[in-house]
Amino acid sequence: MSSYRWAAGYIDDGDRPKIVTSRFHLEDSYTLERYLATGGYQALRHALARTPAEVHDEVRGATVLGRGGAGFPAGTKWGLMPADKYPRYLVVNGDESEPGTYKDRLLMELDPHQLIEGSLIAAYAVGLAQVFLYIRGEMPLAHERVATALNEAYVAGYVGKNILGTDFSVDIVLHWGAGAYVVGEETALIESLEGKRGEPRLKPPYFPAAIGLYGQPTIVNNVETLSNLPWIMANGAAEYVRIGTETSPGTRMVAVSGHVERPGVFEIVNGTTTFRDLIYGDDFCRGIRNGNQLKAFVPGGGSAPWFTAEQLDLPFEGKLVGAAGSMLGSGAIMVMDHTTDIPAAALTLTRFYAHESCGQCTPCREGGTWLERVLQRVVDGRGTSADLAQMKEIGTSICPGEFPHASSSRHGLDATPFPYKMTTICFVGPSAYAPVHSALTLFPEEFAARVRDRVQIPVTAVQ
Amino acid sequence: MSRFNDDNLRLAKEIIGRYPKARSATIPLLHLAQQQEGHLSDEAMAHVAELVGATPAEVLGTASFYEMFKFEPVGRYLINICGTMSCALGGSDELLAHAEKVLGVKVGGTTADGLFTLERAECQAACTEAPNMQVNYRHCHRMTNELFDRLVDDLRSGRRDGDIPAHGTLARVRQQIPAERAVGPAALDDRGAPAWLPAKEVGG
Amino acid sequence: MSDTVKPTETTPQVASDPDAVSITVNGVEHAARKGQLLIDALADAGEYVPRFCYHERLSPVGKCRMCLVECDTGRGPAITVSCMVPVAPGMKVDTQGETTKRMQEGVLELFLANHPLDCPVCDKGGECPLQDQAVSHGPGESRYLEEKRHFEKPIAVSDLVYLDRERCILCDRCTRFADEVGSDALIHFAGRGNNTYITTFPDQPFASYFSGNTVQICPVGALTARPYRFKARPWDLRQQESTCTTCAVGCRIAVQSSHDEVLRHLGVDSDPVNHGWLCDRGRFNYEQLHSADRVLQPLVRAGDDLLPATWSEALAEAATALGAAKAAGGAGSIAVLGGARGTNEDAYAWARLAHEVIGTPNVYAQMGDGLPADLLVLERATIDEAAAASTVVLIGPDLKEELPVLYLRLREAAVKGRTRLLEFTPKLSGLSTVAWRSIAYEPGTLTAAIDTALADDQIAAQLASGPVVVVAGRANLAESSTATVQAVRTVLAKVPGSTVLPAFRRGNVIGALQVGMRPTEGGLDTRGVLQAAADGGIECLVLLGADPVADFPDADLARRALAGARRVIAVDTFLTASSAQADVVLAACAFAEKAGTTTNIEGRVSPVARQVTPAGSTRPDWMIAVELAEALGGDLGYDDVGQITADIAENVDGYTRVTPEALSAAADGVVAYAPTGIGPVALLAGEAPARSSYDFRLIVSRTLYDQAEGTAHSPSLAHLTTATTVHVNPLDLGRIGTTDGATVKLTSSKASVVCTITGDESVLRGTAWMPFRHPGVDPRELIDCFAHTTDLRIENP
Repeated sequence: MSSYRWAAGYIDDGDRPKIVTSRFHLEDSYTLERYLATGGYQALRHALARTPAEVHDEVRGATVLGRGGAGFPAGTKWGLMPADKYPRYLVVNGDESEPGTYKDRLLMELDPHQLIEGSLIAAYAVGLAQVFLYIRGEMPLAHERVATALNEAYVAGYVGKNILGTDFSVDIVLHWGAGAYVVGEETALIESLEGKRGEPRLKPPYFPAAIGLYGQPTIVNNVETLSNLPWIMANGAAEYVRIGTETSPGTRMVAVSGHVERPGVFEIVNGTTTFRDLIYGDDFCRGIRNGNQLKAFVPGGGSAPWFTAEQLDLPFEGKLVGAAGSMLGSGAIMVMDHTTDIPAAALTLTRFYAHESCGQCTPCREGGTWLERVLQRVVDGRGTSADLAQMKEIGTSICPGEFPHASSSRHGLDATPFPYKMTTICFVGPSAYAPVHSALTLFPEEFAARVRDRVQIPVTAVQ
Repeated sequence: MSRFNDDNLRLAKEIIGRYPKARSATIPLLHLAQQQEGHLSDEAMAHVAELVGATPAEVLGTASFYEMFKFEPVGRYLINICGTMSCALGGSDELLAHAEKVLGVKVGGTTADGLFTLERAECQAACTEAPNMQVNYRHCHRMTNELFDRLVDDLRSGRRDGDIPAHGTLARVRQQIPAERAVGPAALDDRGAPAWLPAKEVGG
Repeated sequence: MSDTVKPTETTPQVASDPDAVSITVNGVEHAARKGQLLIDALADAGEYVPRFCYHERLSPVGKCRMCLVECDTGRGPAITVSCMVPVAPGMKVDTQGETTKRMQEGVLELFLANHPLDCPVCDKGGECPLQDQAVSHGPGESRYLEEKRHFEKPIAVSDLVYLDRERCILCDRCTRFADEVGSDALIHFAGRGNNTYITTFPDQPFASYFSGNTVQICPVGALTARPYRFKARPWDLRQQESTCTTCAVGCRIAVQSSHDEVLRHLGVDSDPVNHGWLCDRGRFNYEQLHSADRVLQPLVRAGDDLLPATWSEALAEAATALGAAKAAGGAGSIAVLGGARGTNEDAYAWARLAHEVIGTPNVYAQMGDGLPADLLVLERATIDEAAAASTVVLIGPDLKEELPVLYLRLREAAVKGRTRLLEFTPKLSGLSTVAWRSIAYEPGTLTAAIDTALADDQIAAQLASGPVVVVAGRANLAESSTATVQAVRTVLAKVPGSTVLPAFRRGNVIGALQVGMRPTEGGLDTRGVLQAAADGGIECLVLLGADPVADFPDADLARRALAGARRVIAVDTFLTASSAQADVVLAACAFAEKAGTTTNIEGRVSPVARQVTPAGSTRPDWMIAVELAEALGGDLGYDDVGQITADIAENVDGYTRVTPEALSAAADGVVAYAPTGIGPVALLAGEAPARSSYDFRLIVSRTLYDQAEGTAHSPSLAHLTTATTVHVNPLDLGRIGTTDGATVKLTSSKASVVCTITGDESVLRGTAWMPFRHPGVDPRELIDCFAHTTDLRIENP
């Protein structure tokens, strides 16, 4: 069903501006030849013709929100490095593994030179002396494409010593992971890159911009974030902010999966496209499969609290979604139709986060697995109402205070806005609870029925 | 069962040479060891430890954190069926049950002929292509029982040898930094701003 | 709690602090110190925040999440990890609010979820931070119904330490200790998430000299010490603070006993000395107290046998021997060797007995394995000063083997970048890898190596950059101490203002030397005494816990001396190679059976406690001296040990501040001034000869687990020693025409021995190393103590 066999899942129907996917329709998009033929490395030439500070200002002016999940503007992040501490490093975060998220892999497989060029622009702008491009281990094709692209770019003089004859010299080292979701968290990524167990560091004091790789100032940017930079350098920040909204300029890539008629990865206009557009729009997913009813959807990757049809008209915009009780995260929507068994669906995510806990902090290590086991019991039809209360108790031990959730007129609930408080070092622990909390809050009747009837139901009706 | 062979030792040293600190090469070197042997032996980890300047216990600590490292031999083909939300919504439970039946092993098991090891995996970044699975980490999108049967058949008969190497080989293309183009690792004792940053702009 | 044993604090806190930071704790203002971690500031304010991963001597990691509190820094209350955050002015902390309480209860419930309920059979029960904090801060009940985690248990991670992974709460204390402090990252986390566990690498046990510390700092019963397992319950233990005298670092310890039996030593956190750490030898060698081999009553020789005697019989026999000796050869024919094993009081009483009552000048506390005592008059540095100096010049033994906790202190200083180590060593040492410069020299060339090094611009600049401390000790027992003395003099002459930390090894050797166990005018040192004895000039040799036959570097001379001495009186705890040859053996108390004081390498005097009743009818050395003086018609005037302590303060140069009152007021002991006018220096004349290129120059040095009496009689430690082999650089194996593990013949000017050979990269080419006092071949047979160096021919037998 996908539009292009070399770009599984990517769909570019409709008349949308394309910033990072402009070459996705070309069968040889990943080659240097094609890249150069379509304007590649011109942005780097523009950048090198200007001072690093001017390049930084341009990026800052574009307000490129980080696409990894936190949504922090890249230009601002770069500015947080201490003034006189060198060397500084750039770590490119290609460890995409948030449930529902599928975009960085495409960007690396289909347009590796764009990512390389973006990384070079970043390195030039703020004096990053070496770049480490960390690719998730389970993506050998991305690895091969990026390796090939780097090999070409080195030979052609775009990477390495005296790039394009200037005094700008930087190595890009391809590094690969080995299978651990939590490494996508920036400080865990740094630990992993140092050859250690991928355990997140504590913030404070370990903000990478100040104390990062080898204790040096380090910028960690997501693949999609950096892939925006060539376009911005080529077209200017002013052009960039003309797309999208003031708070969320540009475009962003969103994967919509689950029970939709046409699941896909889309480059959408930031901040204006609504969830309804995405799920029901003709240019996008064309509605729920088989004409079924929408039951719930996860709006921002597996960590995000769930929405229901009540939130369909919210635009894909961070602040509004936060106020409505969830987050945009890494640009991933997972849709559940009315045949979905909510407890079982929640279990697929809680199990994920429990499995992916690094294990260093107690609430996540112990709480995540405990949650999974109790939920498994409930899903298996062996749970009790005490188990339902217990899951909330465990959740409170991980996230004290009110946990964010969407409004639900069916249950007379107002939204509790993002974010949550947490007793854990990173968000993995809370993420194990998020689906449980959403499911229990928005669909209490399903759990009540489950502990009453004590039956096991498949997670979803087979199509 | 073994330390790096001569070719891989050369490669290992080249990889180490790219990092400001040797220990950063731990994971790439463990992949290399796994490529040589199909899994990680104690001797291989001890050799990696020696090369990167860590204790073997530290290398074991790192290796055992990551799913892709196997401490026992696995089949020539490692089949990972994704079971996270999108794939579960797309029917991965049924695919997994089918795979267990076809291969005649439970999750975690290896077929008697040593060809296949079956695992249940977490999100593989192909959520729109559910249910998804990987063979030696090569993506297989929108799997059905029929596609699975055909794939197993192809693997058995060697028809996929061209695009799916044996377990342990991750990418068939490696980065090569030409010596004359290499800048070299940004050493930690190099405290100055890089050449291209004008002094007045130090501060980022 | 056992993991945070603090010295008894008796000095009042200083009130005004210029670095004060004001914070509010539960509504009350409190003055914290700038840079202080919130968790410590809260403890100072009387709010003990529960914790598991936090340990004051390890870098904070904030993993266990037990110390979370609500803290408002002006942006509203936020969950704060109190062990990771330094205090900031105006912080408002709530340690008792609902949120904090709920977090603490929640985290504790999660800790207990997988923790087994085997407290009744767990060594830690009764002193367990998890147990204690579950009671004080926990929810009161567990709602965990699931199956708990299971692991094979217990696992021996080393010869001394067992690991129970089910009890482990993954606090990262033992692993951080191993990595940051002990330098042996041989235990590490493995696995991930809920399947994380502590492990060693297969076939590579946690063979650290410091492994016992992990047992002490484990906040649960996951790590237990084999010597202590199932021996006692904490509430049955009595304890006193004391000072370890195994080596001369002077680590503060808590000696714990039950039913009059010492069962455990714990490290006490003494800021200037040991930071709470102990080496495993000092921690576990209390086992020797209860050895079946102890000498429990006086013995008197009858022909070939030593037969039990009463104290009055034995003392009379000893007095008769001394009287006869004096009559035969005058007081100068009597010599007293030893005293380093005991307290200052023991040594002082014996020094007075020897010098005043017997009247001999031939008194010495060292066994020819140290350095001339005049090094003690040099401007002295403390351990803290060494660990804070810009440069430490190491001239001496491998501190990891000889003064292990000094090694830890210097290693930390080097690793944290405070101090640069400039090491001169004949063989790679435990500190070589962290040294700024490690200069290996061949014995006989040390002074030349120092001259060359000091002429190097970078080294000269480094030495000029700030305070310099020279840590000086005896690196090689097969080389004369003259080399070290000359080396120290060279450094002091070229780096004016540098101070010296003497790396003398034996327990109280410095105290013994300072209070008088040294020759007076015309007297002989140990080598002189042994030579005189061998030549028939010693009528009576008194061995005060000394074992020259086993310890003196020149085995041949020591043997001949014992044979040549007309009469031998030994004061000892065991029948050693020397005391077994005595005519009278006076049964002495051991450590923990007697009170007194001891002096460490920096001159710090601290108390040694009597914790158990002396074994058998053994008596402290000082009491034996008093009684022997009486039998000889003298009177030392002492009825109890406190009188001697006071007497030392009054009479001994440098000890004026070390009064009983000062000692009882100071938790960390009192530093004695470096004394003046100690003994003459007997340097060997001439220079070390050049080595023939066919020969190997011999290095003999100690390891931690040698066959010293205390170690050999502690079953848990005795088997950790290894048989002697001769180590040469692997590249030299071929030159000899041999292979690793083969047998070779070693020939020196003194003797020939046959020995197994080992290839060892830590040994320089052209040199050979052998361990001192290990089982098997004795390298001392090869050593001539009148030569500068020892050269060997190594060949196939």
